[in-house]
Amino acid sequence: MASQAASTGIGARIPRRELKRLLAGHGRYIDDIRLSRMLHAYFVRSPHPHAKLVSIDVQRASRAPGVAGVLTAVEINPRCEPFVGVALHRAGHRSAPQRLFAADSRAEAEDAAELIEIEWQPLPVVADQFQAIAPGAPVIHHGMPDNLAFDFTMEQGEPAKAFAEADVVIEEELRFERQMAMTLEPRGLIADFNPSDGSLTVIHAHQSPFQMQEIFASHLGIPEHKVRVVAPDIGGGFGLKLNVHCDEIATVVASVIFGRPVKFCVDRLESFVSDAQARDHRIKCRIGCKRTGEITAMEIDDIGAVGAYGMPMRFNVAEGMMAVVMTGAPYLFDSYRARTRSVYVNKNLIGMYRGVGMPFACIVGELLTDLAAHELGIDTVEFKRRNYRPKSALPCVTPGGQRLETVSFHECLERLVELMDYDKLRQEQRELRGRGIHRGIGIGTFCEQTAYGPPYYGPSGAAISTQDGCTLRLEPSGSVRCLTSLTDQGQGTLTAVAQIVAETLGTSVDEVSVAGNDSAISTYGGGAWASRGTAIGGEAALRASTVLKENILSLASAITQTPSDELSLANGQVINSKTGLSVISLAEVGRIGYFRQDTLPKDFDVQLSVNASFVANDKPYYMANGVQASYVEVDADTGFIRLLGQWAVDDCGRVVNPLLVDEQVRGGTVQGIGAVLFEECIYSEDANLLNGTMADYLVPMAYEMPDIVVSHVETPETSTRLGAKGIGEAGLIGAMGAVWVAVNDALRPLGARITHQPFTPERVLDALARAKPAEPPVRP
Amino acid sequence: MGDVELIGDEEVEVVATLNGKPLKRRAKARQHLADFLRQELELTGTHLGCEHGICGACTVLIDGRTARGCLTLTAQISGKSVETIEGLSDNGRLAELQQEFIARNAAQCGFCSSGMLLTAYELVQGGEKLSRSEIREHISGNMCRCTGYHAIVDAIEAVLAKGSR
Amino acid sequence: MKARNFRYVRPASLQEAYRTLAEAGGEAVPIAGGQSLLAGLNMRLSSPKVLVDISNLVELTGQSYADGMVRLGALTRHRDLLSSAIVRAHLPLLAEAAPHIGHIAIRNRGTIGGSLAYADPAAELPACAVALGATLVLGSAKGERQVKAEDFFKGLFETDLRAGELIVEVKFPEVPTGTSTGFAELSRRHGDFALVGIAALAILRAGEIESARIVYFGCVDRARVAASVSAALSGAAVPLEDASPYAAAIRNDVKPDDTPGLRADTKLHMATVLTRRALNSMVEQRTAWAMSS
Repeated sequence: MASQAASTGIGARIPRRELKRLLAGHGRYIDDIRLSRMLHAYFVRSPHPHAKLVSIDVQRASRAPGVAGVLTAVEINPRCEPFVGVALHRAGHRSAPQRLFAADSRAEAEDAAELIEIEWQPLPVVADQFQAIAPGAPVIHHGMPDNLAFDFTMEQGEPAKAFAEADVVIEEELRFERQMAMTLEPRGLIADFNPSDGSLTVIHAHQSPFQMQEIFASHLGIPEHKVRVVAPDIGGGFGLKLNVHCDEIATVVASVIFGRPVKFCVDRLESFVSDAQARDHRIKCRIGCKRTGEITAMEIDDIGAVGAYGMPMRFNVAEGMMAVVMTGAPYLFDSYRARTRSVYVNKNLIGMYRGVGMPFACIVGELLTDLAAHELGIDTVEFKRRNYRPKSALPCVTPGGQRLETVSFHECLERLVELMDYDKLRQEQRELRGRGIHRGIGIGTFCEQTAYGPPYYGPSGAAISTQDGCTLRLEPSGSVRCLTSLTDQGQGTLTAVAQIVAETLGTSVDEVSVAGNDSAISTYGGGAWASRGTAIGGEAALRASTVLKENILSLASAITQTPSDELSLANGQVINSKTGLSVISLAEVGRIGYFRQDTLPKDFDVQLSVNASFVANDKPYYMANGVQASYVEVDADTGFIRLLGQWAVDDCGRVVNPLLVDEQVRGGTVQGIGAVLFEECIYSEDANLLNGTMADYLVPMAYEMPDIVVSHVETPETSTRLGAKGIGEAGLIGAMGAVWVAVNDALRPLGARITHQPFTPERVLDALARAKPAEPPVRP
Repeated sequence: MGDVELIGDEEVEVVATLNGKPLKRRAKARQHLADFLRQELELTGTHLGCEHGICGACTVLIDGRTARGCLTLTAQISGKSVETIEGLSDNGRLAELQQEFIARNAAQCGFCSSGMLLTAYELVQGGEKLSRSEIREHISGNMCRCTGYHAIVDAIEAVLAKGSR
Repeated sequence: MKARNFRYVRPASLQEAYRTLAEAGGEAVPIAGGQSLLAGLNMRLSSPKVLVDISNLVELTGQSYADGMVRLGALTRHRDLLSSAIVRAHLPLLAEAAPHIGHIAIRNRGTIGGSLAYADPAAELPACAVALGATLVLGSAKGERQVKAEDFFKGLFETDLRAGELIVEVKFPEVPTGTSTGFAELSRRHGDFALVGIAALAILRAGEIESARIVYFGCVDRARVAASVSAALSGAAVPLEDASPYAAAIRNDVKPDDTPGLRADTKLHMATVLTRRALNSMVEQRTAWAMSS
């Protein structure tokens, strides 16, 4: 009995259930969908990073074949205030949309847009953080005294004293270039406003239909209950499709104006200049240690270039704040000082992207501890053993203010050391160094905030709901229909929900259907971000299915005259808990419950459809942890880096589906490797993007990537019944720390250090050229 | 072999075989094959990820060999046989690969999968036993942002090990 | 990213193609594999009024070998270079270079004629053609002429092709026994365009390079013989230990520009490294021949 549930319930390795359909070519992604009378939108955008609109003539363009209309800020912006849908007079960054063309086809819209006559006056450009805060810099936003958007400092303990008393202080300046989520499917939506009844439906490749429902309703002045946002199949999100993009708002306004469906699908060239981007930080950091190996203090000074404006809803100061609060969290030390500044620059807005600042924290912590360990003559793994927060110290609060309750740093590290055969790799590294082959080993420890609760967003006033819900209905035939407020862009959260429901109701996952992605049909919820789907939505599913189970047993009890506390569910049957024998099938319960209520006691309340939501209100987030290792080889002649091996040990709490968790870790790991070795947006000095094609922005492809070995440790979250924490971002975070350290470990005997990501061959060669002869480590 | 006539406003007529069935349609000269399949024939299983030939999401088979749908003019398929994910799925020729991909969760969002499966199919047709590194080389032109490629290599390796076509 | 409008013509014969191209003047471009052209059209980088599809012209197909000469029709696809026994036997350099050209789907469609006509300085085939001393046969309504590959590439994406002309076939003298070939390329990801590459022929005798013919790609504006390097290497002892025999010569022949993410001096450094590696790999190749004979 238990075996059937175990094979498809919690803990089962089941592939994402949508794959059968998707791999047959039957996905329905946003660009696959067409509605009657649908128009296609295309935006003419500013070619300058900062410019004033001088004049515009749309006469010829608006008469071009297939064009239904051309909209300007005059038409668009008043209908979505205070949102700026389309730039009116001034473009704050290249590609700020200026005109919206709506035509019968994308090709015709592009043809028409070429007929527009438009004159811009370029304005002075602020291209990076240091330009932005330099005295006398052009101020991007009139009315502001300078380009500083945000400045936050925190201090714990006595950092000045702790650094002064340290025997060893390691200092570095790290640089992180701008990067992009680069979902394979670009952004898109179809806005469908019905002028007859004033209702709005938006089919939106978005990770949070609820967020967008609220935004469309409040900004366009449409009553919220008349707004519906539905996410179709989505070709990757990673946080990009969580942001609020003004061209998407403008598209919805266009639908209101034209009274017809309007589709806007971003094409790849356009995505480079219009997507929310990520990273773009410079971090000065240092660590102080005693000769005996204890950490006395850490410090970071971070500055991020957040783009021309703040990101609505999804605060682009988050990357800097996460670096501040999470740096050094795995380690025992008391004194800490951290500052983050966000500054405006004439570039795309920074938004949410997998990891959100936690990669910085991981890299800073792991690089500095590795350098310190070497300086002290201590093996890096040994250093971590001595300095990690042990389980006996939990719960505790880190100097960055992070509460750690159920983390497992030592356990994960020991598993990793065994998995990768650390000692053997170190020996191999030593031998090969003797032959002039430069290999490096890097360990990347991290803990990550997941599954944020209301204490995190509420006080900020952002209308972001962190609850998720689940509606369950027993069908008359005994199968189960589930509606979740979760969304799924490939990670498989809907499959995990099915497993949780199936396990609780003692039925096979094949008897449970799950629908989600729709703001109108389910409980109000959040969606997908911050590694929260299974943790929060799964908990809601567990609670809903527990209530449904009770109701089913109560009904079965009434039907069979057996006390309900003697009954349980297994194999699609109501069984007698003691004998294990079937008392009545779920199908029979369904039949009677829906069609033969006349046979039940008159006052019996049949409730075979239940609803439950869950929100983690007692804490701002959960805390998961893990550790990765990377084994690399650097070609010191060419600067090229080869990835020889990658290992990941992850503790995301209760693992509902190990297959999906493994694959999330692997996918995140490769994105992390891409970030460290390949990906960057390259700009000219005047902030023009120079590498805006897929040939020039380098996303990792299969040949260069290593095999990735994954292992799990499970320390359940204690505040929920399910105990899951979140896994979506872990792979990326840990991989970035591991690869940063591994490459530097390889370069160490050559006296070189590399601190500018991505580590292109040129940057590796430059690091080698700057190398000082290797100094012997400080002996205790 | 089909004839292509120059017709009025930049249109062409194509005569080809599509997923085993005869095809005769007019198309805009400028329309690439991927758009033709998606928009004119509503075969939306072939996807657009970049429209400049790098990502591989638009991969189809032309005369049994992989090609980028975005780098092929519709007009150029005249006289040729084109196969898409839908056709190869319907006739069962992808069944083994699909099974192994699904079993290993070698797909997540599914957007790369059409192209990836067709590329894998071409590899498997070759019948050679390949190393993991050679498999990776073969699929090095198909971008996947979700899986990190490991499970995809596992799936293809499993099909090659079975040795069937 | 939808291409601008154009007319499409598919001539039934090579002569008809010539006539069409002559009539259309500069308004028409030929399309063969389309792997470079269509990316540019989708991005609206160019706007030809007419595309002349030459990809089915039987006169441009085929591979043959006779009297020490390999003839490759312009429509020889990159994948044919990998599968052709003639290429493997007589032009080992091409066989070595071919797997680096793009990816399989690109190689299934892309042609040698297209690659040489496009003359991307980061492409493999123009450099290999020059290194192998190939001759291009060019045809038009006015007749045929022949141009040596080393004279064909004039500047950045610029060739000796005249208006209305097509590459018909490429003739390669076979690599003689006793001549070694070397090929090396640095690219960020497999199949990407080269950052720096080298295609080389050399005759090695008794621990020394008797003569060398070196062509760089990726770090130059066009494929041509690196005359200074080739001369500097003549008489150099192998294996090469360091760059001193040819470092100055490389600076003479390779005058790269700074490009985003890769400076000129880095390209020179990489070219220096690849030169050593390519020549030394030839030494190993030769040792292997010696050991097997």
